[in-house]
Amino acid sequence: MTHDLTRWSAARLADALGRREISAVEVTQAHLDRTAAVDGAVHSYLHVDTRGALEQAKAVDDARTSGAELHVMAGVPVAVKDVVATQGLPTTCGSRILAGWVPPYDATLVSKLRAAGMPILGKTNMDEFAMGSSTEHSAFGPSRNPWDLDRIPGGSGGGSSSVLASFQAPLAVGTDTGGSIRQPAAVTGTVGTKPTYGGVSRYGLVALASSLDQAGPCGRTVLDTAMLHAVIGGYDPRDSTSIHAPVPAVVRAAQSADVTGLRVGVVRQLTGEGYQPGVQARFDEAVALLVDAGAEVVEVDCPNFAYALAAYYLILPSEASSNLARFDAMRYGLRVLPEGIDDPSAEQVMAATREAGFGAEVKRRIILGTYALSSGYYDAYYGQAQKVRRLIADDFTRAFEAADVLVSPTAPTTAFRIGEKLDDPMAMYLNDVATIPANLAGIPGMSLPSGLADEDGLPTGFQILAPATHDDRLYAVGSALERQLVSRWGGRLLERIPELVPAGGSDDQHAGATMGMAR
Amino acid sequence: MPSLSRDDVAHLAMLARIELTDAELDRMLGELSVILDAVAVVQQAPTEGIEPMSHPLPLVNVTRPDEVRPGLTAAQALSGAPEADQQRFSVPRILTDD
Amino acid sequence: MTDLTAQQDVQAGDEVGSTIESAPQAVMSWQETVAAYDPVLGLEVHVELGTATKMFCGCPTAFGAEPNSQVCPVCLGLPGSLPVVNEIGVESAIRIGLALNCTIAPWCRFARKNYFYPDMPKNFQTSQYDEPIAFDGWLDVDLDDGTVYRVLIERAHMEEDTGKSLHVGGATGRIHGAEFSLVDYNRAGIPLIEIVTKPMTGAGERAPEIARAYVTAVRDLLRALGVSDVKMEQGSLRCDANVSLRQRTKKPEAQADVAFGTRTETKNVNSLRSVERAVRYEMTRHAAILAAGGSILQETRHWHEDTGVTTSGREKSDAEDYRYFPEPDLVPIAPTVQLVERLRTTLPEPPAARRRRLQATWGFSDLEMRDVLNAGAVELIEATVAAGGTPAGARKWWSGEIARRANVEGRELADMGVTPLDVAGLDGLVQEGRLNDSMARQVLDGVLAGEGDPRAVADARGLALVSDDGALAAAVDLVLAANPQLVDKIRAGKVQAAGALIGQVMKAMTGQADAAKVRALILDRVAQ
Repeated sequence: MTHDLTRWSAARLADALGRREISAVEVTQAHLDRTAAVDGAVHSYLHVDTRGALEQAKAVDDARTSGAELHVMAGVPVAVKDVVATQGLPTTCGSRILAGWVPPYDATLVSKLRAAGMPILGKTNMDEFAMGSSTEHSAFGPSRNPWDLDRIPGGSGGGSSSVLASFQAPLAVGTDTGGSIRQPAAVTGTVGTKPTYGGVSRYGLVALASSLDQAGPCGRTVLDTAMLHAVIGGYDPRDSTSIHAPVPAVVRAAQSADVTGLRVGVVRQLTGEGYQPGVQARFDEAVALLVDAGAEVVEVDCPNFAYALAAYYLILPSEASSNLARFDAMRYGLRVLPEGIDDPSAEQVMAATREAGFGAEVKRRIILGTYALSSGYYDAYYGQAQKVRRLIADDFTRAFEAADVLVSPTAPTTAFRIGEKLDDPMAMYLNDVATIPANLAGIPGMSLPSGLADEDGLPTGFQILAPATHDDRLYAVGSALERQLVSRWGGRLLERIPELVPAGGSDDQHAGATMGMAR
Repeated sequence: MPSLSRDDVAHLAMLARIELTDAELDRMLGELSVILDAVAVVQQAPTEGIEPMSHPLPLVNVTRPDEVRPGLTAAQALSGAPEADQQRFSVPRILTDD
Repeated sequence: MTDLTAQQDVQAGDEVGSTIESAPQAVMSWQETVAAYDPVLGLEVHVELGTATKMFCGCPTAFGAEPNSQVCPVCLGLPGSLPVVNEIGVESAIRIGLALNCTIAPWCRFARKNYFYPDMPKNFQTSQYDEPIAFDGWLDVDLDDGTVYRVLIERAHMEEDTGKSLHVGGATGRIHGAEFSLVDYNRAGIPLIEIVTKPMTGAGERAPEIARAYVTAVRDLLRALGVSDVKMEQGSLRCDANVSLRQRTKKPEAQADVAFGTRTETKNVNSLRSVERAVRYEMTRHAAILAAGGSILQETRHWHEDTGVTTSGREKSDAEDYRYFPEPDLVPIAPTVQLVERLRTTLPEPPAARRRRLQATWGFSDLEMRDVLNAGAVELIEATVAAGGTPAGARKWWSGEIARRANVEGRELADMGVTPLDVAGLDGLVQEGRLNDSMARQVLDGVLAGEGDPRAVADARGLALVSDDGALAAAVDLVLAANPQLVDKIRAGKVQAAGALIGQVMKAMTGQADAAKVRALILDRVAQ
C-alpha cells in the first residue's frame, strides 16, 4: 500500500483520521501539494482555497485532540463544483459574467460539508453555467482528462471528475442536470451519483434548470461516493422541492453490496445502435458479472425515451433562460458599458453585459429557451415537452414494475478529443442521451467504471437507475459490480491511469496515455 | 414547423437582453434552425390526454411559518454591487414608465 | 382587462418624475361624454399583505427601514437562492378570495412572469398566471344614493412586490449628464395580492363614482379582514384603472352588443378621490379623441394628482412577451377543504351587512347613516357605544363636531386625539344633565388640549349646569320684571317671544343653565 495519501480512498482516510494515525492537515496538505504539481496540466480547479482548507483541517485536528465528538468524515477534504455558492470563496459557474463574485452565503450542502468538518480544497471547473458535456464551454479554459490530456474529462462537471482522476481530491461535489455528474465519471473512470430529485438541497446551487438540477457526490469508489452522499443529502426547509425524509441508507447499501435476487432491467432503448463497440462490450460484461453476483436480468422497454433528448433540450433552455435573467449587471457580477453610447440606459448596459459576459453556448440556449416559452410557441414546444416528460416518467414507472434497477452504458462513447464536437451543438447534445431520462423523471442514477474500451483504451461507464427515493439500490448494485470488476482486474481501474508529470513539463509526456491494458 | 427568420432571432435576443453582433445573429440563426428541427420531434410523441409534468416530484403545499429570519446586512447585500451609493445599488438610468 | 398575455403591471418608477407630453390633451365636457359614450371599467387593486415576513423569504416587511437592510439572498435574487412560500401569505389570499365570494382553486401554481427591470432582482416576478388561487367572485358596493352595484371579480392571485428606485440626475439633477438610479430592495418580495375585476358595464355616468366606491369597499373589506394596513398613501393599496369607451346606443338594451373600445390603463392612482377623478378624466379624454375621429392608443398612463390629468407612459408594445411558465422552484398549492372551511370561519361580517345591522341596532335614519359613513365614523361610534355612550350621542359628536374639526384641520377622525372613551364620557355628562351642548364643546376643547378626561376637564373648568332652583327662579323673576312687554306678548299667545327672555336668563346665569329648564320656568311663571 502506498503512503501517498492522495491515493487513498475517502473511507480509508476517514478511518485513519478517526484513529489519529494521520492528521487532517497532513491529508489536506498532501492534496494541495498534488494540485500544485499537476493542476497546471489538468486544470481541474478554478479556485484553490489553500488557507481555508488548512484552517478547517487544523480546526478538525484541534477538536479531535481535545476529544470532541466528530463526524466520521471530519478532516476528509473535498472539492466543490463552482456552481455551488460558498461564502467568502469565489463562485463563477465558469462564466465571465460572474468572474470574481464572492457569495455572502453558503449553499446548504456547503454548510453540511463545513459542519462535518470536511476541508473544502477549492472550486472545480465546469462548462459555463453547467451547459455542456466537456468543460470546453468554461470561460476559463477546459479541464483535461487525466487519462489523456488531449481529451475531455466530460461535462459539465469535468473539473470534479478530473480532480478525482488526477488524485487532487478524494471526493468532489458535482451537479447533474442531464448527466453532468455521471458522464464525466464515465469518461474518467470515476464514480458519480445523481440522487433522487429533492434528495440533496438545491439551495445555493446556481440554477441551470430548476426542475432538473440535482447536486450529488463524486468519488473514486462506490463506498466513498455513498459516504459523501450521506453528508450532503437530506431535507432542507430552504428548498421547497426538498424531500422530507431521511437520506436513504446509502452507506449501508454500499457496504452490503447485496444483489441476491435483484431484478436488473436492461433498457432496450439505451443500448446497441449508436454506442461505441468498446462501450457496449464492457457494458455486456458488467451485466454478466451482476448475474454472477446473484442478480436476475430482464429486458425492459421505454419507447418514449426516443423523445427524451428533444424534450430535455426544450425544458432546459426554457428554465435556463429565466434562471439566467438575473445576470444583468445591476446587483453583482460583470458590468459592461456599451461602446459608442453616451449615458447608456440600464437596458443597454444589461444587453451589452450579457453579450460580453455569456459564452456562445449560453447565449444559444437562452435564445432557444426564450423562443420555446414565447407566446404562440409555448404549447408546441415547452408545453409539449412537459407532456413528453410525463410519458418518460410513465415509461420508468412501468419499467420499475419489471425490474428493481435499470442499467445502461452511461455515455455512448469514451472521452472525445478536445475541440472535436465544439462546432456541432447537436453532436455534443447526443452525449447525454442515456443520462437525460433520469433527470426528466427525477429518479436517481449512478455511473461507475466498467473498464476500458478496446479500441482506444479509455474508460467506459456503467449506469444504474433506481426508482425515486431508492438511491440505496444504486449503491448496493454499484458496490456488487465494483467488487466483481476489481477482483477481475486485480485492482482498481484508476491504478492503471498514466502518471501525470508535475507541472513545468511539456505536453508530450501524455502522448502515450492510452495503454493496452488487460481488462 | 415555422422556420425561424433573422428578425425572429433578433427579437428573441432583444427579449433576452443580449446585444448580439451581426455575425452572431447569422450563426445563431443557422444553429437554432438545426436544433429546432431536432427538438420538434416532441410534437410527434403520443401525448393526447397526457397531463404536462412541471415538477418531478408530486409535492404540494410546501410552506414556511411567517417568522422573521436573519438576512444579510446592507454591507453584505451590496458587497457584489458593481456600484453603490447611499446604501443603494447604483444602476444606469432606467427607461421609465412615464 | 384580463388579457393575461398583455397584462402590464410594472410597479416601477414610483418616484419617477413625469415626462412632459408635448401638447395638453383635449377633453370633452362631462355631459357630452356620457351622452355619447358608454364606459367600460376594469379595476386592478394591488394590496401589500401585512405579514411579518416577505412572500418567499424570512425578511421583515416593516415600512421605512434603512435601505437594503431587510434583504437576504432570496429577495435579492442572488444566484443559487430559492423561494419558500409564506404560509400566512397563502391563508390571507384564501381569506381575501372568500370575502370576495370567489371560488378557491383546489390546486394552483405560481408562475414566472419574465421581463427585465432593475428593481426586480430575478428579472422575473413570481406571480400566478392561468391558475389563480381565487376566481369568479363578486362584491356588492354601496353607492351614495343607497343603491347597490355588484362588481364581478375575475380573480385574486398571489405575487411579490418589486424594489424601489430613486432616480437621480438628468435635466434637473445636480450633475449635468449624469443620470442614474438608486435601488433599494427592502420592498422586493413583500407579498401582494392582485384583485382583478371583470369588465364593469352599465355604470354609465356613474362610472367614476362606482370606481371610487369599489376601491373604498375593497379597502374596507381588507381592513376588516386584518390582512393589510391598506394605506394608499404608503402604497400598501394601489389601484390601476382600465377605461374604455364605446358608442352609446339609442336603445339601452342594445348596448351590450357593442364591442368594447380600446382601453388605457391608468397607474399611480394613489387615493380614493383620485380613482374617481382619474376615471372621469380618462373618459373625457377618450371621448375627445373618439369624437375627433381618432383612435385610442392602448397604453399605460400615469395619473398626476396635482394637475388632475394623465400622461402617456410606455406604449403597450406587442414586443412585450412575459413568457409565463410554472415556477419550478415552488410546488403547487392545493388548499384542503378543511383549511378553506377553517379560514371561512375567520371571516369578518361583510362590511355592507355589518353597516345594515349597525344602522338597525342604533336606530339611525338612512340620512344619518350616510353622514356617519361619509365621516368614516362607523368604527368609532361602535367603540363609543361599547364604552357606554348612547348611539345618538356618539353619532352627534363623531359625525358632527369632531368631524367638522377634523375637516378643518385636514386630519383623520381617528387621529384627532379624542378617544371613543372620551366621547362616551362626554355624552354621559350631557345625558346626566350636568352639561349643555355649549359647555360640552368647551369640555371637548379641554380634552383635545390634553387637560384630561371629560369629567376632569369639566371639574377643572368648573363647568356644570346650575342645579340650584332657587337661584334660577330668582334670575327668571328678575328678567320677567324687567320685560313686561314681552311677558304680555307671551300671554297674548306669542310663545316664541320667550326666546329673548331665555337668552337674557342664560346670560345672567353665565351660560351655566339648562335652557330647556329656563324655558319651562318662564312659561310657568307667565301663566300664573
